[in-house]
Amino acid sequence: MTATAPEPVHAAYDSKIEGNIVITKLDAAINWMRKNSLWPMPMGLACCAIELMATGASRYDISRFGAEVFRFSPRQSDVMIVSGTVTYKMALAVKRIWDQMPEPKWCIAMGACASSGGMFRSYATLQGIDRLIPVDVYISGCPPRPEALLEGLMRLQKKIDAEHSLMEQKRELIEELA
Amino acid sequence: MNAQQMVEALKQKFGDAVTGSKEQCGEHTIGVKLESVKQLLKYCHDELNFDYLVDISSLDHFHAEPRFEMVYELYGYGHHQHLRVKSLVSEDVSVPTVTDIWPTANWHEREVYDMMGITFDGHPDMRRILMWEGYPFHPLRKDFPLAGKESELPEVAFTGIAPLEGGPFVTSPGACGTVDAEPRAKRFET
Ligand code: SF4
Repeated sequence: MTATAPEPVHAAYDSKIEGNIVITKLDAAINWMRKNSLWPMPMGLACCAIELMATGASRYDISRFGAEVFRFSPRQSDVMIVSGTVTYKMALAVKRIWDQMPEPKWCIAMGACASSGGMFRSYATLQGIDRLIPVDVYISGCPPRPEALLEGLMRLQKKIDAEHSLMEQKRELIEELA
Repeated sequence: MNAQQMVEALKQKFGDAVTGSKEQCGEHTIGVKLESVKQLLKYCHDELNFDYLVDISSLDHFHAEPRFEMVYELYGYGHHQHLRVKSLVSEDVSVPTVTDIWPTANWHEREVYDMMGITFDGHPDMRRILMWEGYPFHPLRKDFPLAGKESELPEVAFTGIAPLEGGPFVTSPGACGTVDAEPRAKRFET
């Protein structure tokens, strides 16, 4: 005998019963849209970028999570995946691209190098991209496997799901509408 | 002619300018005074058919005089021989460029300049190649700490000091046995 977990109760939308109306919180709806269409800015700087590419390819298929639209223009992207060694020579360029990304934006530090400088304790390497830009998710590994990147992406989705940005940013507007 | 005979020929031709030669594991090295190094390299290219300049590197014999040493690795596709040419360089002395003999020397010499701070006379484009223009140090010199030094060039780049606690990637070349030589946590004086 195996113990079975209780069935999760889904408040699934049933068009036959409920018609064409869904009722939810605005924040919840926005978060749902945001987290399922994260467009990555692939900041591929070294070997980790190979795993990033593998994650995008068919075997691991990052599009299952809505993040397959790699944008090479910072103005169209939501999440910067810093995958690789950030040298001092490159550091300010990364920062500049980050600054060009429109809000809301998130950052994943993929691999040991992006998180902490990795094995490069040297004069030439920035000791973690979090010294320049805020990082939401750190992924360990050298390089992390694609599964690890997907796990990181799912964690980021959870994090986005818990945001209440609209409530905070547009409080006056909401109160006016209410 | 094999490399051994070429070394002999060079010794005869350049006489006193040759400071020594060595053969190890089938590799031939010839030392030459800095004044004659360009002449000798040109002879190697023109007469001895060393048409391929494999690499240029430099050594820092810190505390010794002369402090630096240039190393040229030559190879000939016609005869498949390899020759290494070395020449000692004092601090603040410029080395004649060999870009007019092998154009590929351009970037090699820029790298030597960037990392070691040796300048080259007659080089067409004496800029840094790895670090950015304005970076104040030459990182491969022995007196430059492994962790780096702080520097700041607004809008271009900055550098910091890397934490080296536990220094997991410090090798000890020349130590007895692999266990001591391998990169691992080591205490070392600064
Ligand atoms: S963490 Fe490892 S695999 Fe990734 S960029 Fe650094 S050295 Fe390469």
